[in-house]
Amino acid sequence: MISSEFDIVVVGAGPGGYVAAIRSAQLGLKTVIVEADELGGVCLNWGCIPTKALLRTAEIYKNIKNADQFGLSVSEVKVDIKRVIERSREISKQLNQGVNYLLKKNKVEIIKGWAKIEKESDGSIGVLVEGKSEGQRLLKSNNIILATGARARQLPDCHADGNLIWTYREAMTPKLLPKSLLVIGSGAIGIEFASFYSTLGSKVTVVEILDRILPQEDSEISEMARSLLEKQGIEIHTNANIKGLNTDKKRVDLEIEINGIKNNQKFDRAIVAIGIVGNVEGLGLEETNVEVEKSHVVTDEWCQTKEKGIWAIGDLVGPPWLAHKAEHEGVIAVEKIAGIDGLLPLDVTQIPSCTYSIPQIASIGLTENKANELGYEIKVGRFPFKANGKALALGESEGMVKTIFDVKSGELLGAHMIGNEVTELIQGYGIAKALETTEEELIHTVFPHPTLSESMYESVLDAYNRGIHI
Amino acid sequence: MPITILMPSLSPTMTEGSLAKWLKKEGENVSPGDIIAEIETDKATMEIEAIDEGKLGKILVPEGSDEIPVNSPIAIIIEEGEDEETLENFKTPEISMKTTNVNTGVEHEEKSKEVVNAGLAEDESYLANGEGETNLPVVDEGRVFVSPLARRLAEKQSLDLSLIRGTGPNGRIIKSDIEAFSNRNLSFKSNVDEDSYDYVPADNMRKTIAKRLTESKRDVPHFYLKADCLIDELITVRDQLNARSNNEAYKISINDMMIKACAVALMEVPNANVSWDGDGIKLYKTVDISIAVALDNGLITPVIRDANEKGLRMISEETKLLINKARNGQLTPEEYNGGSFTISNLGMFGVKEFNAVINPPQGGIVAIGAAEKRPVVKNNVLDVATVITCTMSLDHRAIDGAVGAQFLETLKSLIENPMGMLL
Repeated sequence: MISSEFDIVVVGAGPGGYVAAIRSAQLGLKTVIVEADELGGVCLNWGCIPTKALLRTAEIYKNIKNADQFGLSVSEVKVDIKRVIERSREISKQLNQGVNYLLKKNKVEIIKGWAKIEKESDGSIGVLVEGKSEGQRLLKSNNIILATGARARQLPDCHADGNLIWTYREAMTPKLLPKSLLVIGSGAIGIEFASFYSTLGSKVTVVEILDRILPQEDSEISEMARSLLEKQGIEIHTNANIKGLNTDKKRVDLEIEINGIKNNQKFDRAIVAIGIVGNVEGLGLEETNVEVEKSHVVTDEWCQTKEKGIWAIGDLVGPPWLAHKAEHEGVIAVEKIAGIDGLLPLDVTQIPSCTYSIPQIASIGLTENKANELGYEIKVGRFPFKANGKALALGESEGMVKTIFDVKSGELLGAHMIGNEVTELIQGYGIAKALETTEEELIHTVFPHPTLSESMYESVLDAYNRGIHI
Repeated sequence: MPITILMPSLSPTMTEGSLAKWLKKEGENVSPGDIIAEIETDKATMEIEAIDEGKLGKILVPEGSDEIPVNSPIAIIIEEGEDEETLENFKTPEISMKTTNVNTGVEHEEKSKEVVNAGLAEDESYLANGEGETNLPVVDEGRVFVSPLARRLAEKQSLDLSLIRGTGPNGRIIKSDIEAFSNRNLSFKSNVDEDSYDYVPADNMRKTIAKRLTESKRDVPHFYLKADCLIDELITVRDQLNARSNNEAYKISINDMMIKACAVALMEVPNANVSWDGDGIKLYKTVDISIAVALDNGLITPVIRDANEKGLRMISEETKLLINKARNGQLTPEEYNGGSFTISNLGMFGVKEFNAVINPPQGGIVAIGAAEKRPVVKNNVLDVATVITCTMSLDHRAIDGAVGAQFLETLKSLIENPMGMLL
């Protein structure tokens, strides 16, 4: 068996893993990355990227259907679902090749195969790889970064068979558009799929066990999102308890209790989007001191596990489960290993969250409820897209920007947005928070006119009772 | 762009000056090197030279104006091509003394010449932004790197940024550094005193005492005069007076007699019955003596009005009444406001002598110590006498040494020869 030595071994080549590997190589460390499936992980191949491609089709379809509003007359537009899917697969493939190129360019060795942690007789740790093409190989290193990601959580009594009951994986490669679709779970993934299918013509029903959809977002945003989605024809049930989910040959049978009232409904297909579980199995973690809690690996603020020399990042560890969080964790772990001074751990309140449904939702920092809970005295500013010139010109006037400030220090505690392209706008607040802005600097920033981003400015003004356009 | 001319600082201790004379008129041309005005300070008169080319657009401070703070705008020079309109729309930036380091002792030698010539603060980055807020003290050698949030938090806690280590990018001071710094101070304190004290939040009286006496010590230049007074005569007179009181209708105390003596002395030396008000000296027409009364958790000073015109019996009764009211929290504002001089007696606690703090805006306070038998020299022979040490604290802005000494001499004379109080 071949044994080789590396400075860092990265297990998993999703956004967390491949970014860690590239950073590691940039710092001059000898790096190897092991991937059991496709480079780019779930994000590139079965997650973030393909879904955005699909949602883009939905957006264009919606715009074409509304063409007369813009003075254009378009005769019948048809959806070629096969081509829609194909496009998303092509984009995934392209990026997949891109990651390969980047890793090679940075001289990171890539091994396709399954990795498992091995504790040697002398106490040292290594990674044993069952290579796809090269047989067994032992990778010795003082530092192993686990970035194996996560998979869809299943309902306790009903396993998604991939046929009538889908997880995200099947949901992004449907053979045809279902006439009626049940979406279980109203987090970002559930809402994005609901939006996609509904826009293309399916009758979509969303069920959520909590009292509102998008429970991680600010409650005002959840409310506005619900009302806008319902206006599009999506049926939404909150406080909904699933009592039974069964399938016969052709349809999905749902037994549900909503606010105490029992109900039976049938659907063509169902998507289970109730969260994720970390891929902690088959890694040999049981032989180490690595601690696993509720199917995620426990780490400190530097991404160290309880076993010295083993690090973990991304969806494999705690929330938020976002690709950009994984990327930053990868960099932190690598820089910590490299002994770089002056590192700062990730600040969760500086990580933005985006939902790419129609309309989009983007947020960063504390919600209003959370800020109150933490004892802050706050100022809240709001600005509706209805009062923004560009939004009207675009014909996208549904949306709003909400900003929350700490009265004492003027710190921007949180920003919450819903509307057209807000996922592209939230980085402004991200930069502001990273630089530790107060309301003063934001008020002095010159936003271009006419842009949707001006509503970000007006929201800040509104918090201090000096809104001009409202 | 119009140029603002500031009142220059001509010495490290100069905080304000007078504009003695303008040597240029509004509208007159100004060239570099021209003398444009004369400044008068506490020590000397200096000339201001222009360094810019232009016209004296506007004089902001008229000739003969006094007490102009250093760095405040005194005139505006408009440049070639600008006119009155530019002047109207121009707002002089607000500059606080903190942001220019013109006054620092070390830089003084090199800076003083430049200061006299300078039309504008040397580095425009020191200027405040439009909101009128100042930047934190800027070190000549380099900027203090600090995030806006951290800067504001430091300001609110009056923290000196130069003491704080930055852990942000490039050593920038960030919010967590400010928090760590404050907490470090807190935890240090609590390690030392944990559970070793009870806490009494300040009530209004305590807050007032703290505020006024701090102001007094900070703003009033105290000086102290002390005299030992032989009071055997005083005691004799007191006893004689009290012997005449039937059924204890009244009981005169040494303190009552001190009050009377003080009042009469102030009448005889009216320049000691004064108050400094910033622009001049108020000579009180009446002698109203404030008496310091100790309360459970503080002190208050009820006033005996026209004390010089009242007999000892009246002073005694009034004093008792006021003290009683004071102890029961029943004094009305008319009873404790005002007063031209205070008398404070700690003799009953055995205090030999002490320096009291003046109650602004009064001109002084006399501190009475304990009466004790002491060895004294009488007619070149050692003898024993009952002596009280009186220490006077006086406000040097309104009362000079000679006046104070005269007052003390008069007071001592009245105490030692009580018959003088009858006049």
